Amino acid sequence: MSITLTSPVMVILGGVWGLLALATLVVWWLAPAPDSELRQRIRSWWLIVALCSLALMFSRAAALVFFGLVSFLALKEYLTLIPTRQTDRRVLFWAYLSIPVQYFWIGIEWYGMFIIFIPVYLFLLLPVAMVLSGETQGHLRAAGTLHWGLMSMVFSLSHLAYLLVLPEGEYPHVSGPGLVLFLLLLTELNDVAQYCWGKLLGRHKISPTVSPSKTVEGFVGGVATTVPLAALLAPWLTPFSVFDALLTGALIAVAGFFGDLSLSALKRDLGIKDSGNLLPGHGGILDRVDSLTYTAPLFFHFTRYFYF
Amino acid sequence: MGYIVLRLAFFLLIVKPFLLLAVGINVRGRNRLPVAGPALIVANHNSHLDALVLMALLPLRLLPRARPAASAEYFLGNRWRAWFATRVIGIIPVAASGGRSRAEALGPVRDALTAGDIVIFFPEGTRGEPERLGQLKTGIVWLVQQAPNLPVCPIRLHGLGKVLPKGDWLPVPFFCDAWVGEPLRWEGDPSRFMAALATSLGG
Repeated sequence: MSITLTSPVMVILGGVWGLLALATLVVWWLAPAPDSELRQRIRSWWLIVALCSLALMFSRAAALVFFGLVSFLALKEYLTLIPTRQTDRRVLFWAYLSIPVQYFWIGIEWYGMFIIFIPVYLFLLLPVAMVLSGETQGHLRAAGTLHWGLMSMVFSLSHLAYLLVLPEGEYPHVSGPGLVLFLLLLTELNDVAQYCWGKLLGRHKISPTVSPSKTVEGFVGGVATTVPLAALLAPWLTPFSVFDALLTGALIAVAGFFGDLSLSALKRDLGIKDSGNLLPGHGGILDRVDSLTYTAPLFFHFTRYFYF
Repeated sequence: MGYIVLRLAFFLLIVKPFLLLAVGINVRGRNRLPVAGPALIVANHNSHLDALVLMALLPLRLLPRARPAASAEYFLGNRWRAWFATRVIGIIPVAASGGRSRAEALGPVRDALTAGDIVIFFPEGTRGEPERLGQLKTGIVWLVQQAPNLPVCPIRLHGLGKVLPKGDWLPVPFFCDAWVGEPLRWEGDPSRFMAALATSLGG
């Protein structure tokens, strides 16, 4: 079951590789120390871009396995960070097992089950499994934190993968991988743009108690970069009208910002700086997918409601 | 020799993929790991996975030389476990001292070091509570006195007691850490050595 890559996807992917090569040159010039954080970050970007390109180009199954793996790593990092009870070991095991099941619903294109499996069935079942262990101390916290993790790292992120199986053929030039690429590219570039504008012009802290590095200037700069970029890319990868393209650009920029902020609040609550060290220069995988946990479901439902 | 092939296959096909995917070990100070035998690796102990993780940290070429010291009572307890532990993993069975002399209890460990092996040794003697360093036994002092110039490499493990704690058989994925510390040297003072050891193992 291979997916046909329309040539626009290849062109844009080529553009991403070119952009990254350019960014690498700039960073080499800006940060001469071989192990500076900026250089590490670029090296990790190469890995991310290479893996995403492979996953999107190979086959639908490969892409589903890849995004399932991202969910697994994100959930594992989350469960490593938060306090868990030893009595819940079996329950956490079931929570991990829900990942292949959730991506299986996507593989067989069962939308109804995909959309309720975690918010309804796991929401009801996992606390039951916790209750059966007989431990009531910390029950609400354990059930609540586990469900939050599953909703963010599995349910929300899996919306990215459901874009792959939206019905094809209605719009001749639009493919699942194209929509995924559009969402991934804008979400990540928005992160980068916010960072760069914040570094260049940042004066006014937007949320000093949650994330002191976020500024009004960075946020506005991010929106002002992502919105025109969305309009530029939309005709290649999406069925959107110009107005809708601008709207999704704004949606991604704002949602991505709050996804980022939401993870910052979590890290602050736990008293840590980075969520892990899987991606040198970025921190952990949560530091990279935080914006996506907000942009993926919102973009998906916008697209599905208005176009599919 | 045949068992070495089995051990390599076990680590390459089962242990390493499992540690990479289900666990994910973040190693710091990898350059301080021993590069040849004989050497003594000491670590805190919370899980059956500890010895496998420490062996997997070593380059493959050293795997035939790596030997965890482990409880004879438990690992030689039944025939299959004994076969797997002594042949595939290559443990050095250590009997509880129970009133016998140090030389009798830890003699096989000293012999392995003399033969040039990389011995993995858990000074707590048994698996304790996750992330709480138990009382260190002083057998380690006797051991380093037998070979005072031997490099002792302390490795502090974190998280494996959550992945597979004592008394459970089902591993649950969590990220784990391994900090390889500065090598410890025997300078003739047992209490200072034990204090340095406890510090480097997170006590």
